[in-house]
This record gives sequence, structure tokens and C-alpha cells, in this order.
Amino acid sequence: MGSTTAENDNGAEDIGATGPEGVGRRDLIKRSAALGLITVPTMSFLSACASSGGDGEEKAEAGEKTAKNPLAVNDSARMEFVLFDGGFGKEYAEDAVKIYEKNFPKASVKFSATQKIQSTLQPRFNQGTPPDLIDNSGAEQMDMGVLVGKNQLADLTPLLDAPSYDDADKKVRDTLRPGIVEMGQFDGDPVWIMYYAYTVYGVWYSRKALDSLDEQYPETWDQMLTVCEKAKKKGMAGWTYAGKYPYYIPFSLYPMIAKVGGREVLDSIDNLEPNAWKNPAVKACFDAYYELYQKGYILKGTPGLDHIQSQTAWAEGKALFIPNGSWVENESAKVIPSDFDLAVSAPTGLDSSDKMPFGTIWASGGEPFIVPAKAKNGAGGMEQLRIMLSEASSRNFTSKVKSLTAYNGGTDGITLTPGLESGVAALEKAGDNVVNPRIQDWYVQLQKEQIGVAGLGEMMAGRLTPAEAIKKIQGFADAAAKDSSIKHYKHQ
Amino acid sequence: MQHGKYRFIVGFLAVPLGLYALFVVWPFIQSIYYSFTDWTGLSPEFKMVGFDNYERMLDDTIFWKSLQHSLLFALVLPVVTIGLALFFAFMINVGGRHRKGGPVVTGVRGSSFYKIVYFFPQVLSIAIVALLFAFAYNPDSGAINSILRGIGLDSVQPLWLGDPDLALWAVMAVLVWSTVGFFVVLFSAGMASIPTEMYEAALLDGAGRATTFFRVTLPLLWDTVQSGWIYVGILALGAEAFAVVQIMTTGPGGPDYSTTVMVLYVYQKAFRDGQAAYATTIGVALLVVTLAFAAIVMRLGRRERLEY
Repeated sequence: MGSTTAENDNGAEDIGATGPEGVGRRDLIKRSAALGLITVPTMSFLSACASSGGDGEEKAEAGEKTAKNPLAVNDSARMEFVLFDGGFGKEYAEDAVKIYEKNFPKASVKFSATQKIQSTLQPRFNQGTPPDLIDNSGAEQMDMGVLVGKNQLADLTPLLDAPSYDDADKKVRDTLRPGIVEMGQFDGDPVWIMYYAYTVYGVWYSRKALDSLDEQYPETWDQMLTVCEKAKKKGMAGWTYAGKYPYYIPFSLYPMIAKVGGREVLDSIDNLEPNAWKNPAVKACFDAYYELYQKGYILKGTPGLDHIQSQTAWAEGKALFIPNGSWVENESAKVIPSDFDLAVSAPTGLDSSDKMPFGTIWASGGEPFIVPAKAKNGAGGMEQLRIMLSEASSRNFTSKVKSLTAYNGGTDGITLTPGLESGVAALEKAGDNVVNPRIQDWYVQLQKEQIGVAGLGEMMAGRLTPAEAIKKIQGFADAAAKDSSIKHYKHQ
Repeated sequence: MQHGKYRFIVGFLAVPLGLYALFVVWPFIQSIYYSFTDWTGLSPEFKMVGFDNYERMLDDTIFWKSLQHSLLFALVLPVVTIGLALFFAFMINVGGRHRKGGPVVTGVRGSSFYKIVYFFPQVLSIAIVALLFAFAYNPDSGAINSILRGIGLDSVQPLWLGDPDLALWAVMAVLVWSTVGFFVVLFSAGMASIPTEMYEAALLDGAGRATTFFRVTLPLLWDTVQSGWIYVGILALGAEAFAVVQIMTTGPGGPDYSTTVMVLYVYQKAFRDGQAAYATTIGVALLVVTLAFAAIVMRLGRRERLEY
């Protein structure tokens, strides 16, 4: 009880509303007033209700630690695994569960896949009986910052320091792609989250369309404007974006800011430092994007399109470029023509005076897996992750769902789709110049609703100038920095 | 009998009242209680923080925006929906031209067909309606702008949901479209129970359509209108408004907070930001607004009941 109190408000009013008689309603008012008075004495009872459960059941005993079982999993304990059943499906996880069952024949595994992560699991966290491994993803993702802040998650350091599944001499930590471990940290050393998928963000386009304009992907902004002008003459818009969800724009804008002004600019933005957004590099990049609007290079009507509609318009050749992530290949597979020759590029910079080289790209983990602190068989959950981070499981994932994993490698010997192949190439070109803005997982509301919709969205629709947008966004960031109800994080 | 009267009544009322207390009153108390805590909704631990959430709410500009929009919904939606529904129902049932040899009171030609057409949106779930209109409002290839282009209005291509000045009205129009049919049917039923003699008398006295409507139909239908009014108001403050705003609008809640409503804000705070306690605080505010709305409508609408 308690987890859906907010919704119950509405439900209750609807029930009251169906009776048209005034008496019922007035009675309700009286009753609520009266009940307000008795609230105080019932409080102790209520708090007992909200925190019911707790440590009712005991944790599984540790098993024997061997070379094959470095995490000392109890080989007869039950392990429960809840997966987000989204764009990546559930087959890859089922395959990994089979390996777990093979390795621990005496253990039973309860595997389930759902889209309703929060509605299924939030009550179980409240009761203190969460499952052992969760893919906390999708629209119903539970807020990681709150889970961490309330000590609900287990530190995954034992997993990272365990020998990897394929090579006993290598720790799991050393088999991962850059940035994965850091992304799982919030404050200090503990690693709370293991991101399994690896996403490349950038500017997505059709090589065929660029070829038809006799152009290469532009490396400087002047070239970008030239390409857009050429496209415009052919009746094609330069850019489109998910106008209803303008927080897609940062996928190319943030790495551009890093390229122009250096990594520190993004770090200071993530750290919510005063005047972080007033950095000249930010202004220069905002001006550049605003110019796209002013010169009419944005597809008409874009501010009213959602992500699917904008991707469809782009796939139909109405616009050349779109800021997006590597899931776009799978998501828009049905509308992308077979001769589209999909490619991703690191964002265009301003000019040769930029601090970082062309190729600086945003790449980071997706599909966050967590092991709850109160899990009964946490070691089992971590062992399951260790299996998933093996080369074989990783390759299985990549070939099935067209996405990279956190495992560094695992692409040899399988045929990559055009988008995925260009993503791998972009990562190779980037080398160490991979940036990973944390603002989108640290401060969701600030990033999506305030910077995205109220700031960038308004600017790209031409309703704010870059200077106004920066001032507004800085105001939001300052307010978030001061807001004591949000947990704050800093780059280490 | 007098002796066991109360036991008798209690016996009948215990179960419904118990259910009501458990599923309506109890959640109310709980949410009021949680609004004084710092509960995140993601862990069983929380502590009392007094009026902190309420102070925060009063300083929260987004809360005030959502309140403003919710109030606008609660004012505009009933007026438009009930007004349209009354007009349609009147035309369907009473507004027809008198034909020789036919009944005295009749609807316009084809009224039974219209009745079905008006009711049709009611069979679609609100989520589907919202999705369909999200497509229709697509500025690039949506139905509305395509029609505008088709009739030569190439220069009039609004962004609809992408325009902060239009978005809220666009959303409201969808709610009107989807709810008006139900009230046409409701009011039709009400009008059918008004005795024909009243209309005949009015006609004999030379009353036109407008007079008939305002002097005969509306007063006799007043009870139905009033409950309909509250019903739409609560839809506008509650679930239906949430569904359309959540599914259709930018963000959702935008562009630039131009469509955010209280229910949406409750949802976002509880389930996106992990601030369940603050969400219940806004929920309490929503409760106050809803009760106030119902109280005002009941008070303003009090009239003597006509017996016929």
C-alpha cells in the first residue's frame, strides 16, 4: 500500500463524480476535513504500512568460491531476473539465463520480461523484496539517483574485479568499453549500474543522399552551411529533429560543445557550476544551430514532429541530417529504404581552432542493469551479468539486436548492418575523444524538460535567440543546483 | 421494528461504506500524510519534513503554471462541451421543422444518423483518440495541414502542438471532440423525458426555437446539465486531461510548459523524478481544486426542482 497514493487521488474523484447528487459530494468535503483531524494519531500506523516487509526473508548463503565461481554464488539458491522488454527484446537475456542454468543446474532461475519496470518493481523495493537482477530501462525507468541516494543498490565492484568469463587473467573491468565503469558511478568509487548496451550518438544521414549532392560529411560549420544550401536548392531540408522531444538535439550539440571548447565545458555543465552555460563555446555552438533555423535549413514543421515522425521524414529524404542515437537503425528499420546507406558521423565543429579534433563523439552505455542491495541472491545476479559480459553473449546480442555491448569487441565474425558498421568506425576514429555528458542521467528533469523542451526546443523553433536560451538554461541549472530535493553529483 | 432499526441500516451499509473507506478515504488520508514526508517512492525509508513540500510548492513556478492550465481546462471545457452537446441534442430531438401530420416535436432531418455519429468517438479509448489527433496535428504530413494546403492555404501551416500559443487549445479541442457525444446522448435521454404538452403549449404561444430552448428545454433539463457539468470538469482536471497531455504534447507538458496540467505534474514528480512525497503534495492541491470546483458548481446551480 502507499505506492500509488498519487494516482488514487484521481481515481477517488472519479468515483465521487459519478454520483450526481450534491449530498455525496458535500459529505465528502466534510469527511475529508474530519479525516484531516485524525491524520496525526494514525501516523505511526501509516509509517508501519509504508515500510512493511523489510527484512522478512533472509539472504541466500554464500556458496563456495572457486575459479569457475569467483563470485561465490550459492549453486542451489533461486535467482530472479527482471528484464525490460523493449527495443532489444528478451531473447538475448533468455540465452544468457540458459547458460546460468547450465552452470548451476541445481539453481532455479525466475526470469521475467516486462515494459512496466516501475509499476512492477517499485512496490517490491518499498517492501524490501526486490529481485536479484534488473534491467531498469524504458519509459518506466526508476530514478537511479534516488535508488542510489536511498542505498537501494548493491555495489558492483566485486563483479568488476572478478575474472572475466572468457579469460581468468583479465578482470571484467578490463574487458569493457571506455566510460562504462564511470557511468555506473555516482558519488565516489562504488559502481551501482552496469550498462550493457553501448550507444553511439551523433549526426545520422544517408550516404546516398550526400553523394547525390556531391558532398562529403562536413567537418566545419561553413561546410555544413554549404551542404545545407545545396540541399535546399534541391528541395531538401538540411536538418530535422524530434521536435516534440527536443532533448535529442544534445546528441550532436553536446559533443560539438566539447569539440569547440574542450571536455571541461561539458564537465562544468554536468557539475552545475555557476555560469557553465555562459562559456563562449556554448554560445558559439548555439549560434551555429540557430543559424540553421534562420537560414531555413530546418525541415518545415519540425517543432511539431515526434521522434518517429521526424525519423520517417528523414528516411523519406525530406531532410539530410538528424541528431540521434544508434537505436535509430532498429527503430526506423521499416521506413529506411534498403539503398539508404545509413551512416553516423561525429558532429561537425566550428573550424580548425576547435579544442578537440573532428571525430569527437558522444558514446555511452544504455540498458542499465542493477543488483538491488536487498536482493536475496545478489551474487547470483552479478554472476548472470558476468555471463552476459562474455564475448559469446555479447556477440549474440550484437547479431540479434544490431547494437554494440559494453564488452569491448565482440563484433568479429558477424556481418554488421550499415549503421552499426559506421558506428564502430566512428568509435575507432574517435579513439580517446569519446565524451559522455552525465547530465542526462544525473538530472533528468533539467536535461529533458528544461534544457531540452523549454530551452533548445524554443530556440530551434525560433522563439528564443541563442542569448535568451542560454540565459534561460543557466537559470534552470542554477535552480537545480540550489534545489535540495535533488541529489547532486560531481565529476570525479 | 423501531428497536432494531439501526442494526438493520448498518447491516446494509457496512459493506459499501467499508469499501468506500478502504479504497477512497484511506488513500486520501495516506496521500495527505505522505505530503508531509520526504518519501521518494523508491525506498521504504522516509521522515517527516513538516510543511516543506507545501512551501516548495508555493514557490514552484511550474506548479502555478499547471494549476493555471488545469483551471482553464475546468472552466473552458465544460462550457464548450456542454454548450455544444445541448445544441446538438436540441437539434436532434426538438429543433426540427414541424412537418404536416408528423409529431409536434421532432429533430432535424437525419437526426438518428447524427446521434450515432456524435456518439462514435465515445467508443474509442482516449489514448487512441489522442494518438490519432497527434497524427492529424503533424505539421509536416498531418491531415489538418494537408487539408489547409489542399484548399490553397499554403501560407497557413501552424505548428499546432509545437506552438506554445496553440498547443493547449489544440489539446482542448481533442477533449471536446471525444466527450461531446456522450453528453449529446445523455441530454437526448433527458429531453425525451420532457412531456410533449409543454412544447405544444409553447408552440401555441408562438415560441421560436431559441425561446423553446431557453424557456422550456433548459430549465427542465437543469439537473442533468448540472451533473454533466461536474462530470466534464472532473474529466478536465483528472484522467482524461492527463491522457491527452501525456500522449500528445511536446515533452510532454510543453512546448515550454504551455500544456502542463496538475495531474501530469503529479505523475512526473512521482514516477519520473522519484519525489513521491512532493507529488502527493500536488495531489492534495488537486484534491482541493476538484472539491472547490464541485462545491462552486453545486452552489451556483442550485435551483428549485420542477415536478412534471
